[in-house]
This record gives sequence, structure tokens and C-alpha cells, in this order.
Amino acid sequence: MGWQKVKSTLPAGSYYFSGDEAVAEGAIAARCGYCAGYPITPATETLERLSVRFGEVGAVFMQMEDEIASICSCIGASWAGAKAMTITSGPGFSLMQEGIGYAVFTETPVVIVDAQRAGPSTGQATRVGSGDIMQAKWGSHGDYQTIALSPWSVQELYDQTINAFNLAERYRVPVLLMAEEATAHLRERIQVGEEVALYNREKKPGAPPFGTEEDDGVPPMPTFGDGEKLLVTGSTHDEWGIRKITHPDVHERLVRRLHNKILHHRQEIVQYETYHLEDASVVVVCYGFTARSSLFAVERLREEGKKIGMVRLKTLWPFAGEALKDISSRVKKILVPEMNMGQVAGEVMKYASCEVVSYSQVNGEIIHPHTIMEQLRRLS
Amino acid sequence: MVRELEKYLRPGIGVTTYCPGCGEAILMGLILRAIDELGLNMDEMLFVSGIGCAAWIPSPYFNADTLHTLHGRTIAFATGAKLVNPKLKVMVISGDGDLADIGGNHLIHGARRNIDLTVICANNMNYGMTGGQVCSTTPLGARTMTTHQGNPFRPFDLCQLVKAAGAVYVARYAVTQPLALVKSIKKALKTEGFAFIEAVTPCPVQFGRRNKLGKPADMLKDLMARCVTREKAEKLSPEELRDKVITGEFADGAD
Repeated sequence: MGWQKVKSTLPAGSYYFSGDEAVAEGAIAARCGYCAGYPITPATETLERLSVRFGEVGAVFMQMEDEIASICSCIGASWAGAKAMTITSGPGFSLMQEGIGYAVFTETPVVIVDAQRAGPSTGQATRVGSGDIMQAKWGSHGDYQTIALSPWSVQELYDQTINAFNLAERYRVPVLLMAEEATAHLRERIQVGEEVALYNREKKPGAPPFGTEEDDGVPPMPTFGDGEKLLVTGSTHDEWGIRKITHPDVHERLVRRLHNKILHHRQEIVQYETYHLEDASVVVVCYGFTARSSLFAVERLREEGKKIGMVRLKTLWPFAGEALKDISSRVKKILVPEMNMGQVAGEVMKYASCEVVSYSQVNGEIIHPHTIMEQLRRLS
Repeated sequence: MVRELEKYLRPGIGVTTYCPGCGEAILMGLILRAIDELGLNMDEMLFVSGIGCAAWIPSPYFNADTLHTLHGRTIAFATGAKLVNPKLKVMVISGDGDLADIGGNHLIHGARRNIDLTVICANNMNYGMTGGQVCSTTPLGARTMTTHQGNPFRPFDLCQLVKAAGAVYVARYAVTQPLALVKSIKKALKTEGFAFIEAVTPCPVQFGRRNKLGKPADMLKDLMARCVTREKAEKLSPEELRDKVITGEFADGAD
């Protein structure tokens, strides 16, 4: 168990996929054994493809009665030994929040894909938005940490779906793939390699399934049917799963370990890309589809001689705060363009020592490169 | 519970959370007796429960894989586990509030899909754990913490509901009918497909107290007197059936 290289499920080569289809193929490549979901725009095409493809590869696909049942059945499936995934968009993501908290507290690996659309509420179901970023961090009650990824292309929807399964299994945590309608419905050519690196959950018969010696450890994960007589509960529990619902020390230790097992491994988890930082005085911090427009804008303005750089966040949570703190000490201004009211800009402000400017667009459309160029011209 | 069934209990957990006179401790013993009589291997079983008094029957007491889930979502969790590992014998044990109120949608869809689950619903006619509030099985007119003037709404007939949704085995017995209940649990466990048993159980501390039903022993006697078989019920008028608990099998896929 642990890391292993296996053959890709698709023959190596080039494919022309929509983002939703790439998510489905990424899940199959990651050897996902169970997917449950409920139809919702703009994520439905992933379910559509999986309902066909899972039959071919011997995995279980279920259309459940709602998104609550979808996430809950995934958690049951995960404990029964399968890599599990559910796919949704904003309204369904809201319904799943209690289940996500349960998965966090019971340390259940599960992948949740949120193809974000323009919210709140039903909003504009077929239009794009990035309004669920803070919900990915704080959507369920109580203090917790998850891992959230932000893909910017169809290729990355494929790669990051595989990465999401690896992170979920490695850290026993729900991993949220924060896609966006614009990439979910985008069609692009992607490359599939010969092999894929997968992390499979560690088992250690007889070891406590909910605790480690270290205060930031990830316990091994047995499955139902192994004869381990598991006790899995969403109540506060000791290392054997026994409820400890009035013990201050047990609750404090558990909540802190669940934080630390993610935050202390930020070096391994957090990914970001930098462009032209060497001489930049203004930097765009961006993620998801907006990073495509941003990169176009940055390259154009550099042709005009403007000293502009860019940071693309591939991981949203845990946040790349330390890296941005360091970058901010060397530049004059940071621009954070987002398809929300400044959710990540607020986070950047927590770390940056320079001026941080938020640019929000919440009209259900992608942020055009020229809009970002205009903003950057004002700043530089 | 008799000593011979203690081998099925998780070592080191001695005291149950049940109030004095609660019928759910009786139900705990009857479920284990059915498992014992069938000679099932606890290592091949998975118990799934939700939130509420009845959810504590398997968790943490049964020495087997146990998934103590969110309020109302037991059948969804159980569905995922069963589909991934069909060798697991999956039993859902929860209360009426959990399965029929907050979880009602999952209950009917579980029955419709006919997933191979054995579902035991302990019906104590109110939310016992949170202090005795009205729920979807509270009889018309009954007093609860949230219906001081009497419940203005009609209760669900859970067996008819689940049968209509497509369950292949459906039965109702009271914990005052231990032999019939054990036989029914065994039959449900042997049924392939969605099997549902409503186990009617007294809640003296919450429901009994507010409805002046007397001491736990009085409630048991009262429940015994109110149970009528399906066959007998067919001969009674709606007026005569008003306070009765109709027991028996309502669907049996084996027939």
C-alpha cells in the first residue's frame, strides 16, 4: 500500500474532452470504486459519462435521491473499502455540508467535485461563478480543515481529480475539487500518460483507527469486513472510536490533530505556479478559470514593458499564505481578480505586507483578459 | 439481556444509556437473540445507526463493525457500504424520528430500490433523546413536549408506507411480543432485499409521563392490551381500532 504506479485506464495519447468528461476519466484512472450523485447543472455530464464507463470498469455508480444521500452513501462506500466520489454544483454542495463535516471528523477519504455556478441559491444555473471558495473551507459547522483544489484547464481537471483521490487517501480527509462551470463545459485536448501514480490507504491490523502517537498524524484506515470491529461515529471519540462526549481533553486533542494533520503537511499539499516574479512590481494572484484570463493579460502587458507577475493557486485550502507573504514583501501591489466578492482577496490580505486590491465580477460571465489588463494598467 | 448473549457485546462497555423502563434495551436483546439463533458471524455484519435513543442499540454495544451516522441518513450510508461490499450483512437500527421524519425520503427510496438491507425501526412515538417532542409517529391527540394540547396531526403508518414504497418484507411487532419479534427479525435477516420491521416500544420517561400512562410496567401491560393481530384487526371497526397497534407481517417476499 502507499504509493504505487499503475497503468492508465485510457490508452496513452491525446484526447478531446470536456472538463466534466475529464473528471470522470480522472476518477476511473484513480481507481475510484464508487460514485454517487444527483443531476445538477453544470456537473451532470460527469455523472452521465460515469454511468456508462463505471459499468465497463466494474465500479459502482448510483444516482441517489438527493445530494445528502449522495455524500452519505460515498462515506459508507469509503469505509467498505472503495475510493469514493460525488459530483455536484452549488445547491448540492450546500446540501452536502453536514456530510462533509462527518467525513472530516470520522477521517473518511472522499472526493467531492463542485462545478461552481453563479450563486447564491439557484442563481444562474448555466453561468459561471467562484462563490463557493469560503464554503469549501467553512461550510460545515465546527472547526476543521479540508483540502480544496482549483483546476484551470481540462487537463488539470483530469490530473487534479487523480491528485484529489491521492490526497484524500493519504490524509484521510474529504478533498474538494473546486471546478467552475467555464472549465466543466470547456472542451480541450488533453494528454494521458502511460502510467499514473496512486496512493492507496494504509492498513495496519489491530492499530487504533482514530488516533496516532503524533499530534499531527494520520491513522491507518481499516475497512468494514476486516474483522476489526470498527466503531465509526460523528461524535467526539477516542482513538478506538469510543464516544467521549463530555471529555474536554479528548475533544481538544482530536480537533487539533485533525487541523495539524493538514496544516503541518502544507509543504506536501500546497501547489502554486509563479510567472515573471523575478522583476515584478505588481502581481496578480489568481486561480481557476480566471488564471487563464490573467495569464493572457500579464503576457500582453509585459510585451508593453510593464513589470507584472502572476501567482496561480492550484491549491486553495490549505492556503499558500507563507508563499504569498514572502512574495508580497518584494512587490508593490497585488491584484486578486475573482468571480466572487473577494473571497480569496480577503485571505491574501491576511498574509500580504503590500497593498492588496480585490477585483470582483459576479455577473455570471468569465472575467475577460481585457478587464484584467485594464485593472493592471490602473495599478502599474 | 441474558448472560449467554453478552458475548456479542463490545468488551469494556458495561452501562447502557437507556432510561429506566425503556423498551429499547429489550429490543437490543431480541436483535442479538435473532442473530444468535441464526448463527450469524458478527465479523461479517455491519450495523448502521443514526441519531436518537435507538441508534445506541448497536453503537457502541455490539461487538461488530458499526457506523453511527448523521441524523436521518442511515439508509444512504448503508446503501453505499452494501453496494461496495455485498458480502456484508447490513442491518440498520434507528428510531422513528431518525428513519421516518428527518430520514423519511431515504427510507422510501431504500425500499423502492430494494437494496438488501435489514431495517429495524424502534418506534417509541416521540423524540425520546431530546426530551420527548412530537414526531411523525405520535398518535393523534397525544401530548408531547411540543404538543401540550395534544398532537393535531395524524401519524404515519410506517408499515403501509414502506410496503407501498416496495419493501419485500414488512412487519410490526411490539417489544412485548418477544417471540414473534425474534422470529420476524430472523426472517428479515434471511430476506434478500429491503426488509423493514417496526418494533413498537414504550418510552415511559418522556411519552408515558406526559400522557399519564403510569409506571414502566403499566406501559408494558397497556401495550400488550393494545396489540391486535392483523387477522383480528380486519374484523374490528375503525372506532374499535383507534388505539390499537396492529401487529403481524404486512409484506413477505417469500410468500
